[in-house]
Amino acid sequence: MKKRSVILALVLALLTSSLALMPTQVLAGPDSHVVQALVAQTGTSSAPQQKAPVKVEADKRITITMFCIFIAITLGIVYWAAKRTTTSRDYYAASGIITGTQNGWAMAGDFMSAASFLGVTGLISLFGWDGMMYAIGTSFAYITVLLIVAEPCRNIGKYTVGDILSFRASPVPVRATMAFAAVLLSIMYLVVQMVGGGKLMELLIGIPYSWAVTGVGVLMIIYVVFGGMIATTWVQIIKAGLLMSGVIVLFALMAARFDFNPLRLFSAVVSSEQIQSWVQLILLKEPVAKPGFEYGRRFLEPALLQKNVWDQVSLGIAFLLGTAGMPHILMRFFTVPDARAARKSVVVAMIIIGAFFVMVTMLGLGAAVIVTPQAIFAVDKGGNMANLLMAQLLGAGISPIVGDVLLAFLCAVAFATILAVVSGLVLASAGAIAHDIWVSIIRGGKAQQREQVMAARITSFVVAIVAILIGVASETVNVAHLATLAFAIASSGVVPAVVFSLFWRRMSTTAICAVLLIGTLVSLGLVLVSPNMTYPRIVAEGAKTQISSLEKKQVDDQTLTEKEQVDLEKAKKTYEANKNGKSIMGLDSPLFPLRNPGIVSIPIGFLAALIFALLFPNKREEERFDEMYVRQTTGIGVSELVGS
Amino acid sequence: MDRPVGRKQTDWAQVAMNPRFVELHRRKVKFLFGWWIASTVIYVVFLVCASLVSRLFAWRVMGDINFGYLCVLSLFVYCWIVAGYYASWANRVSDKITTELVEGFKKGGIEK
Repeated sequence: MKKRSVILALVLALLTSSLALMPTQVLAGPDSHVVQALVAQTGTSSAPQQKAPVKVEADKRITITMFCIFIAITLGIVYWAAKRTTTSRDYYAASGIITGTQNGWAMAGDFMSAASFLGVTGLISLFGWDGMMYAIGTSFAYITVLLIVAEPCRNIGKYTVGDILSFRASPVPVRATMAFAAVLLSIMYLVVQMVGGGKLMELLIGIPYSWAVTGVGVLMIIYVVFGGMIATTWVQIIKAGLLMSGVIVLFALMAARFDFNPLRLFSAVVSSEQIQSWVQLILLKEPVAKPGFEYGRRFLEPALLQKNVWDQVSLGIAFLLGTAGMPHILMRFFTVPDARAARKSVVVAMIIIGAFFVMVTMLGLGAAVIVTPQAIFAVDKGGNMANLLMAQLLGAGISPIVGDVLLAFLCAVAFATILAVVSGLVLASAGAIAHDIWVSIIRGGKAQQREQVMAARITSFVVAIVAILIGVASETVNVAHLATLAFAIASSGVVPAVVFSLFWRRMSTTAICAVLLIGTLVSLGLVLVSPNMTYPRIVAEGAKTQISSLEKKQVDDQTLTEKEQVDLEKAKKTYEANKNGKSIMGLDSPLFPLRNPGIVSIPIGFLAALIFALLFPNKREEERFDEMYVRQTTGIGVSELVGS
Repeated sequence: MDRPVGRKQTDWAQVAMNPRFVELHRRKVKFLFGWWIASTVIYVVFLVCASLVSRLFAWRVMGDINFGYLCVLSLFVYCWIVAGYYASWANRVSDKITTELVEGFKKGGIEK
């Protein structure tokens, strides 16, 4: 039985790698706030002078065929995985037989949402150099994962973060608090992904938003409920392979345009008239060009997108630490047999991620030259279509059918990406609820295997349904700040709790629960009073400015164009509707100036851990530190966990 | 977490005082936190510099490729180097000591 599954795994690995064509791969990250920033910045600018607006027009037949092939393959995997899922360890940890390399691909895939594949390229194509910051953040985040959490988690964890924290602390309060944080985090991130995915599908293949979300949700339910971690991991690996192949092909086509010479790419950016006028008129808002100023060169320099250094640093740090506190990332370490494999999986993931993002940085610049920022912005304000527009153009340059196939392939990859990422998130929340709360707390750890698996399946189903409902309901809601919030909670609550309980003798139950709650509440509180929220008074101010400038024009020129009249009416309505409004917290303007709370909430989280541990020590827990420390460092006793 | 039952009680404090373990622990902490702190500092300095000394980033190094882009590339390379170096260090140093310790443990040498 074991032999057979190993052989099957090998065949699948071969299949995946042949699909991938090349050994490198991809990954991705939190993206939605990126898009939010884009919309916020570009939304107010006047319409850029455009080339003929391009549209992403995927050939429906080819696209749907590709979707079906992908769905058929993955359902095959689910069927295969379902037969192998009889124990809780099969369900949550893929029986612990995933190899380091496989897990590395899966982990890279986990971090590679559609938004980072499409979104980061889009950001670079619209804002130049600043867009690359997101790519670097992701790479650096894995340094924390590699050095601090990977091996200890494998050595003392079983299925969830709650297992790690409750090793020497009182299981009931710690598991309950951690499960709360894990579910909160996963659901937030899940909603961001579902909403982003739904909108993307709407844009790509023209199906209605609620259908798109439901479709993604139903497949996600099938994968997770029946296939558990085995199916989720393999779907993730296959998707990572597909995504990487897509990026490599697109990169090669793009590079061929510039004779595979990076110097040519860069000089094309500097000399592109479209980019020059984009930077001058839209990004820097200078109606009259400064003589001698090279606007094209400015595109390759910092500070076109992020203007507040502290926001930048805050986001960066939350990202750097937060990844190591994401339950769906930590969960991946329980699928490998030992610490060596855990280490190897992060190294593999980092190589894949780095290679992917190096290509993405150039793809972004290439798209800016080939498609132009104006055209990219005209199709989607978030820039998400940059890669696809470029694929369409470059492919069609070879022959129309190549363009269609390439575009359809990338659409299918984007779809696969959304599915794979959401499945991992559902599994992480199900682990927290079914394993930590139901089995460990309510049943006192005495549940039979059958019951454990059943509990996990039912929970996954419920979580997925909740996610679909929230997703459908959030079509018009701006959910972008939920990603910011998820990373802030992970970095200021989960990470200090995990790091201190792994490495500091005095960390106690009270401190773990306190830091989880404080980290969550402080992050939540700061985001609620931050500029992420809508402040009607500020909206009204903006409308007022617009009204007065239009009215001034009316007086000066006597006439307004039709469009300007419509704008004026709209602005007046906006002003009336908002002039006496308050934000969700009853504020006129943000109390906290930054969009990203990390720079404040992370120190608070770590300090809270220190203070509470010193105030509420626990002798018995301190005594058990030696055991945990030895096991965490050496992996002694890991066989009891992985059952080999 | 499920506790192992019916096993001989291990004196973990004694294991924790085993000189080989102390050495392993000291070297691991030094390596891991050292590199982690260094990486964090590099990253934050980079973020701050990008905003505060953007003129440096505009410096043209090779054709139209500027210092800013080379910085981005070198940070990716840095991540690869850290990953590769840690993997090789762990294989050479910490895994060896760990294996010794675990062998000793299996022989019962460190059990009461």
